[in-house]
Amino acid sequence: MRETLWTLAALISHWRRRPGNLATLVLGLAIATALWSGVQALNAQARNSYDAAANAISGGGARTLVAARGGLFDQELFVRLRRAGVEVSPVLEGAIRIGEKNIRIIGVEPLSLPRRSPIADRRTRTDVIEDFFSGPGRGFAAPQTLRRLDLSEGAQPQTERGQLLPPLAALAEAPPGAIIVDIGVAQRLLDRPGKLSRLVILDEETFDEARLKPIAGDALRLVAPDDDSDLARLTDSFHLNLTAFGFLAFLVGLFIVHAAYGLAFEQRLPTLRTLRALGVGPPHLIAAMALEIGALTLIAGGAGVLGGHAIAQALLPDVAKSLESLYGAQISDRLALDARWWLSGLAMAGAGAALAAASGLTKALRLPALSFARPMAWRGAHHRYLGRQATLAALALVAAAGAYGFGQGLASGFAIIGLALLAAALILPVGLAGVLALGERFARRPLARWFFADGRQEISGLSLALMALLIALATNIGVGSMVEGFRQTFDRWLDARLVAEIYFEAATPADARDIEAWARTQPDIAAILPVWRAKTRIGGWPVDVVGMTPHETYTAHFPLIDAPTGVWTALHAQDAVLVSEQLARRLSLAIGETLDISTSGRDWSARIVGVFPDYGNPKGQLRIDHEKLKRYFDDASGVQYSLRVDPAATKRVIENIRQRFGGKIARIIDQAEVKTLSTDIFERTFAVTTALNTLTLIVSGVALFASLLTLSDMRRARIAPVWALGATRRKLAALEMARVMAFAAGAAAFAIPLGLFMTWCLVAIVNVAAFGWRLPFHMFPAQWLVVSCIALGAAFFAALIPVVRLARVSPTELLRVFSNER
Amino acid sequence: MNARSPNSSQERSSAISRRSALLLALSSSGALAQGFGGLGATAPGFAIPRAGTQLAFPRDHGAHPDFRTEWWYVTANLKGDDGAAYGVQWTLFRFALQPNAARAGWDDRNIWMGHAAATSVNEHLFAQKFARGGIGQAGVEATPFRAFIDDWLLETRDDSVDAGIERLRVAASDKSFAYALDLTATGPVVLQGEGGYSRKSEAGQASYYYSQPFFRAEGSLSMSGRKIQVSGRAWMDREWSSQPLSADLKGWDWFSLHLEGGARLMLYRMRSVEAAPFLFGNWIDADGATSILAREDIVLEPLETTRIADRDVPIRWRVKIKNRDVDIETRPLNPRSWMGTDFAYWEGPIRFTGSHSGEGYLEMTGY
Repeated sequence: MRETLWTLAALISHWRRRPGNLATLVLGLAIATALWSGVQALNAQARNSYDAAANAISGGGARTLVAARGGLFDQELFVRLRRAGVEVSPVLEGAIRIGEKNIRIIGVEPLSLPRRSPIADRRTRTDVIEDFFSGPGRGFAAPQTLRRLDLSEGAQPQTERGQLLPPLAALAEAPPGAIIVDIGVAQRLLDRPGKLSRLVILDEETFDEARLKPIAGDALRLVAPDDDSDLARLTDSFHLNLTAFGFLAFLVGLFIVHAAYGLAFEQRLPTLRTLRALGVGPPHLIAAMALEIGALTLIAGGAGVLGGHAIAQALLPDVAKSLESLYGAQISDRLALDARWWLSGLAMAGAGAALAAASGLTKALRLPALSFARPMAWRGAHHRYLGRQATLAALALVAAAGAYGFGQGLASGFAIIGLALLAAALILPVGLAGVLALGERFARRPLARWFFADGRQEISGLSLALMALLIALATNIGVGSMVEGFRQTFDRWLDARLVAEIYFEAATPADARDIEAWARTQPDIAAILPVWRAKTRIGGWPVDVVGMTPHETYTAHFPLIDAPTGVWTALHAQDAVLVSEQLARRLSLAIGETLDISTSGRDWSARIVGVFPDYGNPKGQLRIDHEKLKRYFDDASGVQYSLRVDPAATKRVIENIRQRFGGKIARIIDQAEVKTLSTDIFERTFAVTTALNTLTLIVSGVALFASLLTLSDMRRARIAPVWALGATRRKLAALEMARVMAFAAGAAAFAIPLGLFMTWCLVAIVNVAAFGWRLPFHMFPAQWLVVSCIALGAAFFAALIPVVRLARVSPTELLRVFSNER
Repeated sequence: MNARSPNSSQERSSAISRRSALLLALSSSGALAQGFGGLGATAPGFAIPRAGTQLAFPRDHGAHPDFRTEWWYVTANLKGDDGAAYGVQWTLFRFALQPNAARAGWDDRNIWMGHAAATSVNEHLFAQKFARGGIGQAGVEATPFRAFIDDWLLETRDDSVDAGIERLRVAASDKSFAYALDLTATGPVVLQGEGGYSRKSEAGQASYYYSQPFFRAEGSLSMSGRKIQVSGRAWMDREWSSQPLSADLKGWDWFSLHLEGGARLMLYRMRSVEAAPFLFGNWIDADGATSILAREDIVLEPLETTRIADRDVPIRWRVKIKNRDVDIETRPLNPRSWMGTDFAYWEGPIRFTGSHSGEGYLEMTGY
């Protein structure tokens, strides 16, 4: 132990002499950890919120009984089950609007609420019971929900239908975006007297499914907790996406760590040799180095996890908004992370550090006690090094091809991208070396020949930083093209989809009929088109069914991906449906096939006559004839409409409707506003991707800078002879800069095709698997130019300090090289 | 249950039980009173028991929504076909959280609470249930008599529409126990106190209180998977009131005793922080004739305590009724007859020997 500690002290003295090297190492590890744990924090936060939403009432893991055919059921069934000794607790859920915000109302029965439910712990339970039963009752909402509604405790907001809520109180355990009220209050607020949406099973141990049928007939269906969490399923791909980017950023960070540790190892070779010669055995050496890595992990990893927290905090609003607008998921806006998250961040830092240091450690183990200190020796001969790189690259390419050929889905998509990036990164030094060799062959002047020859030498030192730069650039191009291509497609699609000038939702179906009757008499209104909706499930997937009337709005504009001629006639005249691209892909549906659709009444079979793009919709969608929707879906919403009006009259018509119908209108919005909202959602969704992308690029810039800075000392040994032969320091500095810029340009040139390949993977594999739609492949040369400029700029700034230092280095310093061991 | 009054841990533990639901409603510091909607020290809006009121049956077997609280209470001392002794308890409480609590649907402001227990020498198994009024999950109807909460019930076995409580079925079950007993009255209903008007303190708090102490019980009992045929004696209590009890009430000790020879004895002792205990006793002859015992003739003396649920609970008692030459010592069938429900108390079957022998039930709160 003592020996190990002394060894450690000797090793650590290195960092005192080379604080720059230490800073790079710590920074690299911290950044890698920060990006990774930041993304993990976002994911954890979102998942916690889903869980909170799903488990607030049941306490998690509980099965529930729901109406067999969807929708609500009579509370009489609850009483019958209880009277038969089946222990269940009733819940009624629904949505109301307060001001412009959608709020979920959860009606619970506090006496039978499961004890394991987070809102029914001993303290809360008493409060809930007492508050629910006295005076006007109570509504419990999470503090953030109150903030979002701009309400303080005690406030009694009104719903859009004019119902007064009970006074609100903050309750941390309440799921975000929801207000918990007494079951009776919920029935009143939601206008569902005597109705329930589910029954939570209180005691799985005593629950006997066989008893259900004699008591409740076929009215209820048992739902396992997993089936219920659509939200988790729907958002899975979103989180996988985030994770992939987080991991990419982590890898780029590890490049820095590897480079920095490699350098430190090399510089410490003399020390290691001396220690071995003094009799320190490999076990002590390894133990000391492991201790050193452990300490680094704690310091840098700790800083990284803190940084990750900051990153997550900064990105959380965007993530929350995009999850809300995309999936209707409510994410808590206060980061609440448990010990597990902190520990896993540290573990990741430790694993990363160990991985980056592994080659150094194995070499230390094999170090012969009496070997000479030969800097660069451990990297092996230059050729051998390049050959190994090329072989590894080829292997990675083969693996990528394998992933493409045999894998499928999101994981395979990311694997292909990862392996292709790895192959490209590995092959980069080989390619650059080839170019430099070519230059050397054609160069005439000695200084030029030295420039190329020395450049080849330098590649091995810079290669890791260059790889990181390449990966960051390619990712930027790849993701940038995908996002830009999506943006263009999305805009065109929105234009085609949003033809009607006004969209509105009536408060109730009866109100809708009033408005409809009135609208037909208005000269300003060319057409009123019902867009009623119903819900169903196909293949277990939640699907919206939307009705369409035969109208030019659709027949002339509604975007279709694939549809034979006569699709509209078929849709309205036959038992026919249009399916969304997502649904078609998910269930492998093709035009001409017959789809069995469970409706509120009987089941209905319809032929698929077309497929339409439905970007941004996590659920599947079916479009059917309006009359058939009315016939087959008793529970169709019957409140949504679009209006065709003279564009110039839009504002006037909206004003008219508002004045005339007031509270009968739940929402009214014009085309421009819908487009703004949709585009907004789009931008938010990719805001996080873009932010991570930019961070990755910054990290790679830091990697380059770190490598150049640490290399600059070693460079002196090479430059000093050239200087001694008469090249000025200024000239040498200019050559240094030129070389770095040339490397960066090479990386950028290489990054463009690699980025395009990545775009293709994202568009053709990842998006299809993650979201269920395939976008057209676009190329954006202007973007390549921007990325190339960024690469050169990053290289320039990274090289600036080392180069200026070189230009100003004193001749004595350069002369000392000749007296040194080097 | 209630955590609002920090110094009320004792009341909390004892807050409710048999006669205690009344005391609870009567008690201004009763935990449940506050926990369930802040019952005040008085009972504005609720009906108040008045001396001289004639109780009428079967009407008064049913619920009294004008009053704040009431309960239906059955205890049975049983003997199994295995020769062992058992005890069974079935209770249904109603609490109105505010006057005019009986309303339609979830707007109803009555809370129903059921307690059930089965006791043997080695085991004391219990369960509780809560339910809202108004939706049909729990309630009591006078004719034909029917009291229920979920699948626990106490109801008439007679077909006639005006059947009272002469022939009842009582049943309850939980994970670890279940029982179903037929109860058959072998004597008349007994009015407690002054014709059913029962005083609870010197200050005059009172309730309406009657009993049916003459049930023959027969049926089956399952405990921890073992099913036993049982028969024996049962006692039913009915009580309702609205008034708060005195503020310094600590708890009470309540005896219902079946004496050899057919007489019954009901005794209780209200323990106060400051005042001397309030004692009350009623001697019931085998034919149902009652005589109120003089307070100074009643002696209740704890002989031995046992540690249970962090409390010292007196489980062995000496009971003396001076002018009746009663001097007995009671022992529990199972000293650990602790009802660890949300409102916890000790309640279980007892046996006694001495000048008289017999069996009965003992309830103790506030320890």
